[in-house]
Amino acid sequence: MALQAIAFYLMAAVTLASALAVVSSKNPVHSVLFLIAAFFSAAGLFVLLGAEFLAMLLVVVYVGAVAVLFLFVVMMLDVDFAELRQGFARYMPLGGLIAGGLAIEMIIVSTTVATKGAARLNENPMASGTAGPGIPNAEAIGRVLYTQYVYFFQAAGMVLLVAMIGAIVLTLRHKPGVKRQIIMDQVLRTPANGMRMVSPKPGEGIDA
Amino acid sequence: MSIGLSHYLAVAAILFTIGVFGIFVNRKNIIVILMSVELILLAVNINLVAFSAYLGNVTGQIFAMFVLTVAAAEAAVGLAILVTFFRNRGDIAVDDASMMKG
Repeated sequence: MALQAIAFYLMAAVTLASALAVVSSKNPVHSVLFLIAAFFSAAGLFVLLGAEFLAMLLVVVYVGAVAVLFLFVVMMLDVDFAELRQGFARYMPLGGLIAGGLAIEMIIVSTTVATKGAARLNENPMASGTAGPGIPNAEAIGRVLYTQYVYFFQAAGMVLLVAMIGAIVLTLRHKPGVKRQIIMDQVLRTPANGMRMVSPKPGEGIDA
Repeated sequence: MSIGLSHYLAVAAILFTIGVFGIFVNRKNIIVILMSVELILLAVNINLVAFSAYLGNVTGQIFAMFVLTVAAAEAAVGLAILVTFFRNRGDIAVDDASMMKG
């Protein structure tokens, strides 16, 4: 139990410190790297809660895909990031005030919910699991996801498909002056329009 | 010493407010704003998974998965829009983006 508490406090501290570094670091590349650290330690928190499948999903999806995407974009864009940081100090007091108020409110609400509404809470989420003893987390998720929430699952797939097509459509561009293969023209080419009969005079040649 | 639900909820609350704070202080830098949105969604996920674990109901984890899906889609489309915007204008200063102002 003490080991679990130590792990929790360690990973919570790393998560929050990395999150703070994400929003306050000068270099956006460092921001992305701290974002990766935050997601890794959040995955650790998920493991602590007994949600191993989601922890692995977080690592694969966020660290493997989203963070790398951010890294690509940050490094690809040639932007003066120092210029974008001006106004940081100006918005700091207002942002800090609002964020602090929000944090206090939410902590009060959540601790009240967690203590006053504690009738049905499991004391030890690790041992009890979420679907009864002996059923692994991934299987428990699959049993619900593919039965009760199968249409939501399909809808999530559609969301990803639309996002993928949208991202491709937005970023695809044809540079002028670059020769590309046009299949349509190739298919429509016939001897009639692909060939020209000429009768050159001796010694003159053809001018194209 | 025992770690309860309120500990996780407090972590999620602080993470959420760090995300909101990041949107406030990095008003000009849209890349960091997108990262702050990812942090906010991560806080939501921590809440969902914590409640799922402590209530013994796996549905919260299913919804965390859907949130993850939408967050990934949002990041992809957002960054694609950002790249297109940069190509058209040569910078990514969001408060100068007023082409659609009536």
